[in-house]
Amino acid sequence: MSEAEPSYAVGDRVRILDIGKPGHVRTPTYIRHKVGTIERFCGMFENPEDKAYGRWGLPPIPLYRVQLKQDDIWPDYDGAPGDVLEIEIYDHWLAPAGETT
Amino acid sequence: MSDHDHDHDDHAPTREDDDLELTEGEARFLALKSLLIEGGVMTADEIRARMEFNERGSPHQAARMIARAWVDPDYKARMLADTKSAAAELGIEATEAALVTIENTPERHNMVVCTLCSCYPRSLLGEPPAFYVSKAYRSRAVREPRKVLREFGVDIPDAVDIAVHDSNADLRYVIMPMRPQGTEGMSEEELAALITRDSVVGCALPVEPS
Repeated sequence: MSEAEPSYAVGDRVRILDIGKPGHVRTPTYIRHKVGTIERFCGMFENPEDKAYGRWGLPPIPLYRVQLKQDDIWPDYDGAPGDVLEIEIYDHWLAPAGETT
Repeated sequence: MSDHDHDHDDHAPTREDDDLELTEGEARFLALKSLLIEGGVMTADEIRARMEFNERGSPHQAARMIARAWVDPDYKARMLADTKSAAAELGIEATEAALVTIENTPERHNMVVCTLCSCYPRSLLGEPPAFYVSKAYRSRAVREPRKVLREFGVDIPDAVDIAVHDSNADLRYVIMPMRPQGTEGMSEEELAALITRDSVVGCALPVEPS
């Protein structure tokens, strides 16, 4: 299944989506719509958005760590230009950075 | 038995001190726990055993691993590559699905937060510090990490980047602090004593040797 294959490689620029899904989702609001870089592929994990409601969360879905510059998250960030945030994002919450949501 | 002298054996308290009103969350927890036991889904002993298991972890386990990594570059490489296996090498059983070690360097300081709840490598480190589960830390660590660290007494110069790791999904994190100056010749056990709970979350630096 194509959705069970990693779509992104380390270094790819990605946009974190707001897919409007309610409930037990693991993509915090503050990071939606932000653009970053794939830092690593973490492996395949059972989907927590399904597991939270008594389902098995199968097939497993790809999980990545995305690195974002703090200045790209908070316009008024007060820190060093090299400060970053790294966060785990599942494949279906990502799009190539060139595409708009 | 009179109304004023019943022995409460129809419910178990959530905590030792039963003289304060339950919060809404505690009341809900008690109700759910009772339902699970009465419905035969799980036994009180299984719940107790799981709580005991959750509290078996200790920051000292991570301190032993980091002290070994400080003196053994091969072990350090293995710990960075596969933290669970490196724990097992020292007889430490980590049950987290995925455990990752992030190394502090002269160029980058790392800290961990779970903005969504309180994800934490409990089997390795035990229960998280109270600040870690507070809404203030969870919201501010990603927004103004330098200010938060200064409030912990950790002043990271601007020449050193800060990486905040949101432990929001399936990975659990251990920060490997840098070995302090002046620790040459110290034993692994002495080194491990310098590595505190907060230093493996990235909110403190190791204790300076006296």
